[in-house]
Amino acid sequence: MTGYRGLIIGLSALVTALFLTSLLVGPAGLSPLRSLNALIFGADGPITLVMREIRLPRAILGVMVGGALGLAGAAMQGYLRNPLAEPGLLGVSGSAALGAVLSIQTGIVAGFALALPLAALGGAALSVGLLLLLAGPRGGSLSLILAGIALSALAGALTSLVLNLSPNPFAAAEIVFWMLGSLADRSFLHVALALPFMALGAALLLPLGRGLDTLTLGEDAAEALGTRLGRLRLMLVAGVAALVGAATAVAGSVGFVGLVVPHLLRGAVGARPSRLLLASALGGAAMVLAADIAVRLLVPERDLKLGVLTAIVGAPLFLHLVYRTRRGEL
Amino acid sequence: MRHPFLIAICLGLALLGAGDGQAAPERVVSINLCTDQLALMLAAPGQLASVSRLSQDARSSSMAELARTLPANSVRAEEVFLYNPDLVLAGTFTDLATLSMLRRLGVRVEVIAPAYSLEDVRTKVTQMGGLLGREAEAAALVAEFDKGLAALEQPNGKRPRAAIYEARGYSAGPDSLSGAILAAAGFDNVATETGLTVGGVIALERLVMLEPELVVLPTTWPGASRAEEILQHSALRELQRQAGTAPLTDRDWICGTPHVLRAIGGLAQPRTQLGGAE
Repeated sequence: MTGYRGLIIGLSALVTALFLTSLLVGPAGLSPLRSLNALIFGADGPITLVMREIRLPRAILGVMVGGALGLAGAAMQGYLRNPLAEPGLLGVSGSAALGAVLSIQTGIVAGFALALPLAALGGAALSVGLLLLLAGPRGGSLSLILAGIALSALAGALTSLVLNLSPNPFAAAEIVFWMLGSLADRSFLHVALALPFMALGAALLLPLGRGLDTLTLGEDAAEALGTRLGRLRLMLVAGVAALVGAATAVAGSVGFVGLVVPHLLRGAVGARPSRLLLASALGGAAMVLAADIAVRLLVPERDLKLGVLTAIVGAPLFLHLVYRTRRGEL
Repeated sequence: MRHPFLIAICLGLALLGAGDGQAAPERVVSINLCTDQLALMLAAPGQLASVSRLSQDARSSSMAELARTLPANSVRAEEVFLYNPDLVLAGTFTDLATLSMLRRLGVRVEVIAPAYSLEDVRTKVTQMGGLLGREAEAAALVAEFDKGLAALEQPNGKRPRAAIYEARGYSAGPDSLSGAILAAAGFDNVATETGLTVGGVIALERLVMLEPELVVLPTTWPGASRAEEILQHSALRELQRQAGTAPLTDRDWICGTPHVLRAIGGLAQPRTQLGGAE
């Protein structure tokens, strides 16, 4: 137990350090002390505006999006008992992006701002539901991945179609954002849109720990231990949809976070799904914050997409998992 | 601006110039928004067979009404070829595959580069006049442009610092047409301070730190795009509140035609406000 507590404290410290770093990194090249002072106490001139309205929402969104993706990945993997289950890979993020793009391009969002996260949530819920249906309760790797590929491709194609048909000359270039994600120039408006849905999603998923633990013994054993599988599944679908939907609506689909983080932390929590949930949420926040700091340091003038970095880290790991799956070790 | 006037001049000079032995093209198809507008200003009646669809859209074209009197094309080789043109006018950024296909089919294609300065406006008008065999009309149009520009000349005095801020945080620099419009209206461009020439991205936080006295924003397009969301950012709104209000850039800012005079004129009022304050 102390090991787990130490891990959580260590991860929290890492997230805090990265959060502060994220506040201090930016193209304006401000001095750290002056900028923190302006952030907290306010200062004359534009520096307060930069810190409070540009950098603070970006750092907060980094924590929220990363935490949401890490938690959703850990919960899906726990339920399906399959380490390949990840919102980005299985097309859940892609479907959420399709929902978001549809709500924006049909103009519903202009009249009703909450339509954006709601539509993304709808897209995510539909795809999680379909995945669970197609992969079956045991979550066999082959059917899960095949269903995921089909959903990703379909959602990606429809997103591109909608954006290509838009009367807006910039819309077609936005396909990149929806496929790879970015936190550039997000404001508190986006924080406010995503926060309630992410809070709801976390409230639904975090209490599932015990149920997921019993599920590692098999479905019959889990039911014998008092886990109501139907209710568990419903809460899982709703929670994952709320988290991934809200994250995608404001930041696009950032892939591989829900794959890499639980994989790295699984050993440290003794492979217990209940402990993996909170640890993955913190780990996800750290990973997205680190990636967002890196995109600003590597090519500051270019708005490099977040998904580029997470995929460079995540894809080799994914290949490794697929290799192990083929050898029947999973 | 002065379409009826221009058309009257064109008609008059066309009658005068008739029977002049030069082989001016008789069926001209234009497939670029800017060549469309230059050709509409200068072509003889019946000389221009078609313009691109974009120039019939009042959001992007300063001459949409006049353009709608002609058939529109969608900038595809097959469609353009069917007009049987003896001259096709294209822009530098027209799809190269379309142009090489037209050339393979034996059509004469002339590419006109976009304007990056007010001097370029004169050059483009003259160049278009030469291509259409309408040199006299072009010379008259340049003279009229110079007269209009002289009338808009700002008296010497304080030059407020302004920024042009567009989708994705793109900012037009001093060596662009938008930059030239801003300079002619009596503003210094903050993009110069960041080392930009033609233009480039200025991160929103850098723009805020530069504290421009005026931010010129674009008219947003229908539909929606994340690229334009930056224009609604609360930090930019706050900057706008502190800085002067400017008219939005629109169709008059896009092409190097004498219509840029309207864009320059639109900036006169904010210039006076900012100059008078200090």
